[in-house]
Amino acid sequence: MITAERKPLDEIFEMLKPYRRIAVLGCGTCVTVCMAGGQKEAEELAAAISIQRKKEKQEVSVEAFTIERQCEFEMIDQVAERLKGFDAVLSLACGVGVQTLVEHMPELIVLPGLNTKSMGYPLEQGVWVERCLGCGDCVLHLTQGICPITRCAKSLLNGPCGGSADGKCEIGKDVDCAWHLIHDRLEKLGRLKVMEEIQPPKDWSSSHHGGPRTIVREDVRLESGK
Amino acid sequence: MKAGSNLEKVINSGQFAVTGELGPPKSADISALREHGETMRNYVDAFNITDNQTAIVRTSSIGVAGALLQMGLEPVVQMTVRDRNRIALQGDLLGAVAMGVKNVLCLSGDHQMFGNEAAAKGVYDIDSMQLLKAFKDIRDEGKFIGGDDLEAPLSVYLGAVANPFADPFEYRVDRLEKKIAAGASFIQTQCIFDLDRFKRWMELVRERGLHKKVAILGGVTPIKSLGAARYMKNFVSGITIPDELIDRLKGAEKKKEEGLKIAIETIQQLKEIEGVAGVHVMAIAWEEVVPDIVERAGLYPRPKLS
Repeated sequence: MITAERKPLDEIFEMLKPYRRIAVLGCGTCVTVCMAGGQKEAEELAAAISIQRKKEKQEVSVEAFTIERQCEFEMIDQVAERLKGFDAVLSLACGVGVQTLVEHMPELIVLPGLNTKSMGYPLEQGVWVERCLGCGDCVLHLTQGICPITRCAKSLLNGPCGGSADGKCEIGKDVDCAWHLIHDRLEKLGRLKVMEEIQPPKDWSSSHHGGPRTIVREDVRLESGK
Repeated sequence: MKAGSNLEKVINSGQFAVTGELGPPKSADISALREHGETMRNYVDAFNITDNQTAIVRTSSIGVAGALLQMGLEPVVQMTVRDRNRIALQGDLLGAVAMGVKNVLCLSGDHQMFGNEAAAKGVYDIDSMQLLKAFKDIRDEGKFIGGDDLEAPLSVYLGAVANPFADPFEYRVDRLEKKIAAGASFIQTQCIFDLDRFKRWMELVRERGLHKKVAILGGVTPIKSLGAARYMKNFVSGITIPDELIDRLKGAEKKKEEGLKIAIETIQQLKEIEGVAGVHVMAIAWEEVVPDIVERAGLYPRPKLS
């Protein structure tokens, strides 16, 4: 899932300043699960905006509502007419949702209410960890399911650097050394030999460094899309 | 002979090598660094020049190396993969060699969060192993990473680092072996304070005969004060300092002299360990004591090889 965190309230209040009729639009998928941008958070944020405006003696009308996914045109269509009635839409989706809204309805002013963090999962209640950078060239078969690109602070491909101590990364004692984890797992599986091979420089052109990525699947495209 | 540097000649002659270290300043005024270089002249075989050490912006390693060459001193240019991608790293190798640099040390580099530009984007396009292999291939195969041919061959003596004090411990010997395969001719280790652990590491190194395939220079840092020891113990990535050593300093009347004594004793012990080919003396911010250490450790005069 995509994980995100609400932006600081002051930053949100500041970006909303020029607008009087505001929609706080929640997103019902990833950001609902990570408790950053679902209906509950949309309602709370709408209330906070109203209180702040009241304090500042500024007029505002805020409504909070949610669609299943802001990253699909069909789902945006369900609220398209309603959205047209606002000066600004504060999207509580990830960065993809914000941009999908703008691409589909260019006449709207859409503002981001969240900072999109990563692709990860909830480790425990209240803790979400990053597990994939979307590099476009998965190496998890080599490292037996632990990603060095994402989890090593230096994205090293040839084992732990000299900063690995007691299983922790040099950047902080609360960060596991990914290569220590990989080493122990490979050892357990009797596959440490993998770490003896020099892994060649990675082809980063499959990642964002090659520019924005588009997947085109001719086999599933509709005639009208061509 | 890979590049015929003084360091390489000393190592190949079988004599115990001594390298020093110069940390570039946070300014373009390198007069103090030049003085330190003069102080250490004739006491070390080559000078490591750190590359934006601990991720703090400083005069570039290659720039300082140029100044050293003009002074007739031999640099070991450190290159980390933190700040430059493969285009810049390979280009800088060519630039350094064109200027007369013969020794290059490849390393990962401390994470950018430790430095004075913590908001910087860490590059890490390639890792230190891949850097070493790339430079070896440039030298031995005449090819860049991307497969393109060099227009003319070049020579360079390649080194890498090893940290016997990092974890997982057993892996540190595997990693050394991998660095040798990737192209390292010499190895400089992290500062050695825990000699017992270093000796255990060397045992494993000898078991695999790795000491015969690469010249291992043990890292030695004289401790100037109790505060410096505590700082290194707690805040410097990859360094371990045993409590006994802290206690010894604590109990000493003259801390600086005790720090020197510890460094000299460490060198003397390293000389006795089979497979240790030399020492790398890192007296950052205490460069003036290097001649004293080298002399008292019985490593002066340095060999003069043509």
